[in-house]
Amino acid sequence: MPVARLTVALAALCLAGAAPAGCEREARRYQELPASANRETGVRVGALEPGMPQQQAEVRSPYQDNAWGMGEGKRLYAAYNCAPCHGVNGGGAIGPPLIDDKWIYGARADQIYATISQGRPDGMPSFGGHITTQQIWQLVAYVQSMSGQVKATSAPSRNDDQMAALPESRQSKQVPVQTGHR
Amino acid sequence: MPHLQSIIHPAGIQAARVSHLWWVMFWICAVVWAAVAVTAMVAIARGRRGSSTATDAQMARSVTVAGGLSVAALLGLLFQSIVTGRALDTLRSPDALRIQVTGNQWWWDVQYEHAVPSRRVTTANEIHIPVGRAIRFDLLSTDVIHSLWIPSLQGKIDLVPGRLNELWLRADEPGIYRGQCAEYCGLQHAKMALVVVAEPPDDFERWLTANRAPASPPTTPEQQRGRDIFERGPCAMCHTIAGTSAGGRSAPDLTHLGSRSTIGAGTLPNTKGYLAGWIADPQHIKPGNRMPPTGLNGEELQAVLAYLETLK
Repeated sequence: MPVARLTVALAALCLAGAAPAGCEREARRYQELPASANRETGVRVGALEPGMPQQQAEVRSPYQDNAWGMGEGKRLYAAYNCAPCHGVNGGGAIGPPLIDDKWIYGARADQIYATISQGRPDGMPSFGGHITTQQIWQLVAYVQSMSGQVKATSAPSRNDDQMAALPESRQSKQVPVQTGHR
Repeated sequence: MPHLQSIIHPAGIQAARVSHLWWVMFWICAVVWAAVAVTAMVAIARGRRGSSTATDAQMARSVTVAGGLSVAALLGLLFQSIVTGRALDTLRSPDALRIQVTGNQWWWDVQYEHAVPSRRVTTANEIHIPVGRAIRFDLLSTDVIHSLWIPSLQGKIDLVPGRLNELWLRADEPGIYRGQCAEYCGLQHAKMALVVVAEPPDDFERWLTANRAPASPPTTPEQQRGRDIFERGPCAMCHTIAGTSAGGRSAPDLTHLGSRSTIGAGTLPNTKGYLAGWIADPQHIKPGNRMPPTGLNGEELQAVLAYLETLK
């Protein structure tokens, strides 16, 4: 008896622990403009700082654990013409690849947000104002998933068309290096 | 519109064949059902009268007769079904009007083919067709499997990603018919409808010519401001208005939005008030659809509305 009761209690505990994570994966936030929108202000473009470096709070995309948000990001990656420069599967073309460990302007969520929103020299257009902040955050989470920076359980696992490469959920996790150049 | 979306009120030859097959099936099944019900009631009323006097031979004959009747009825239905299926295929003709319909979550992209690319006509969620002429729909899908079903004109056929399907139909009576996605395709499947306007050939040609033209330029300062907001803001990232720099391909073409009767793929009537509500908060009206809240302020929204109203 005590063993059975213990098992039930353990199972309940596991469920209670798993539920929040599962809900976050499944949540579909159609209307929300995330409170963390417009966090691009304060992104450091240069690595040098006068005096001791300042502490920087970690900024995460609101969709980093959200399967729907990353799925939307994947759709927008095609809809907003990211693919012609960065490659259909992120392998790079005229623009830098997104599935490797090299990041010219940094792999943090706030840095990727700034890259999409403000653009970067020599070709990256600035999408700020042309697409909503919600969509930029969805794209940020999706771009992170392309090099395995998010949980595999939340990352997109299939394409709508032919699969020429491994899905994002099976990308091996790269350790990002900020290179500052291509 | 008395019979907007009804399989038993066909408005075209294909739908008439489907409707005929339906009535044949209905009456055969009705007769079978009535016979079974009457026999069962008679058996119940008579009850069991002592031990059965039927011999094995008599029992075997009854089973044979019942089995033979069932097989005959089923063969009759099968024959009728094959005849209908073959008849549905006889509409093919080389001078058919070709319309490419692409299913998207959750709207229909409609393109009238023309050998000269600039003379193609693109619209969405509303199909005009001439009465009495064979129409060939080339069916594609960009995301998941959809199904085009205009019950008053033809049976349904799937739109499958990576595959080209054909649907042939002919409208014989002018009218406005409603179509609907008939394959579950996600959250807003139920609000993925379309309107088919069957009209006399002259009216159709007039409509086609009008829709081939690019959007007329804005005349008032407010309309001009609306166009600026549309072109420079988020709208142009997904929507096209021919004759402007807005060329997004992932949402319905709005070049002649004002000539369509619904917005949101048959979700709402196309009036200024509904359109304002849609632009201000599309996720409240059709949750999960691909249009994000655009965050226009009241003055910007009025300007955009004033411009969109000019797109007849």
